[in-house]
Amino acid sequence: MSLEVKNLTKIFDNKKVLDNVSFTVNSGETLGIVGFSGSGKSTILKIICGLLYADGGEIKTDNGDIAMAFQYSALFDFLNVSENIAFPLTERKEFKRKYTQKQLDEIVAQKLSMVGLEGIENKYPSELSGGMQKRVSFARAIVTNPKTILYDEPTAGLDPVSSTIIEDYIVRLKNELNATCIVVTHQLSTIKRATDKIIMLYNGKIVFKGTTDEMLKGNTPYTKQFIEASTEGPMQITSIN
Amino acid sequence: MTAIEFKKTLTWKFIEYIKNQNSDFLITLGNVAKDFINVSKYVLKFEINKKILIEQCSRYAIDSLPITLTIVSMTAIILAMQIAPELVKQGGGDYMGMASGLVMVREMGAIMAGFAIISMIGSSFASELASMSVTEQISAMKVLRVDPIKYLVVPRFLAGVIMMPFVVTISSFVGLIFACVISKTTAGISYLNFFNSLWHGLYVKDIMVTLLKSSVFGGTISLISCTCGYSTRGGAKEVGISTTKAVVWSFLGIAIWDFIFASIFYM
Repeated sequence: MSLEVKNLTKIFDNKKVLDNVSFTVNSGETLGIVGFSGSGKSTILKIICGLLYADGGEIKTDNGDIAMAFQYSALFDFLNVSENIAFPLTERKEFKRKYTQKQLDEIVAQKLSMVGLEGIENKYPSELSGGMQKRVSFARAIVTNPKTILYDEPTAGLDPVSSTIIEDYIVRLKNELNATCIVVTHQLSTIKRATDKIIMLYNGKIVFKGTTDEMLKGNTPYTKQFIEASTEGPMQITSIN
Repeated sequence: MTAIEFKKTLTWKFIEYIKNQNSDFLITLGNVAKDFINVSKYVLKFEINKKILIEQCSRYAIDSLPITLTIVSMTAIILAMQIAPELVKQGGGDYMGMASGLVMVREMGAIMAGFAIISMIGSSFASELASMSVTEQISAMKVLRVDPIKYLVVPRFLAGVIMMPFVVTISSFVGLIFACVISKTTAGISYLNFFNSLWHGLYVKDIMVTLLKSSVFGGTISLISCTCGYSTRGGAKEVGISTTKAVVWSFLGIAIWDFIFASIFYM
């Protein structure tokens, strides 16, 4: 067991956004969380990484550091790429003064090469493309060698080729760090290429739980509707909004 | 009239508006108090990012100095233009230095500098932190286990506390020089008379109180602006609302502090 979520419940404005959601993700495994907009996918990630409090349930993890790559990268626009990546090492109490500037430069260069970006240390986020910003945010997320990595819609807004590159890096980082990964996504390509198992949410509840292959077969009404992107099926469009 | 019909009336809308304004006021007041406690913890433990503190101090003092000097000097010039000829007519020309000194050092220097700082620095703190909040940069900081209060608010708060007295001192001094020159040119009050009267009219207490008041103003402006920015949720519209709120509340904050200082030290 690496990350176990048990009976997670979250209520916003008297509406249950998450209703007794439970799942387990093992080390070296990637769980995809899919579902229509507003189904509570990102809320799960925010609760796991401590940005939101749960109204019920528990999260157990035997890995200390949890990293998260945000949907819109969330790079600090007043810092350059190198400062962004080294940020936790320069600002966190346990790392402060642990590394010399030379060591920091080496770590930044190593993390940048892990996401296929070299020589952009002095650029600012505004000078990078969307795909490059995402990869820099991955590099920042893994700088402390976390054992749990959360990705919030990592391929949203990217062209198909950039999406493929991002998906490959999600797999590569998981293998290199032997990390537990959770990917929130809408995209079938990301599901196919980057995940090992899937949970599908609808109205805050898990309506499908299984391997990626099982999900892609579309044997249940929910998975069938999702794969076919159909408006006909058990998931009603009115519930989304 | 049914309850549903009543809720459509202007009276109900007005009640709702007042209720929302009050709850907004109380929430922001609570957030400012909470942030002040958190900032104080870091300051007392001396956990301060010196590099950012120096950056913010330079922003506070150097970037804002030209506009602060202009506003405070213009206030001093206008006051001297209006008061000096009248005082001379009433036979009180010898008191012009004292009058300018009391007005500028005790009151107008700090208040006008405060207004300039709110417009230049407070609004930029609020919009900067609000933009960071809506683009999830503050959330990212939390996930990276760096406390945004420590990294973003503490240096800005301290910059206000440290640099505001410096800004007020310089601008009040320059304002008095201008007041002296204008008194001479518009009412023929000699430089010697002006400074003699100023020397006899001002006490060390006035200067000390103003320095303390400036520090409190600086801290208040930074804290309110950072809190308003930091607690922003939503998008571009909310960034604008937060910035406006920071400016209005900072004005209100320094007006209340000014009243408290006047009540404690001059009543």
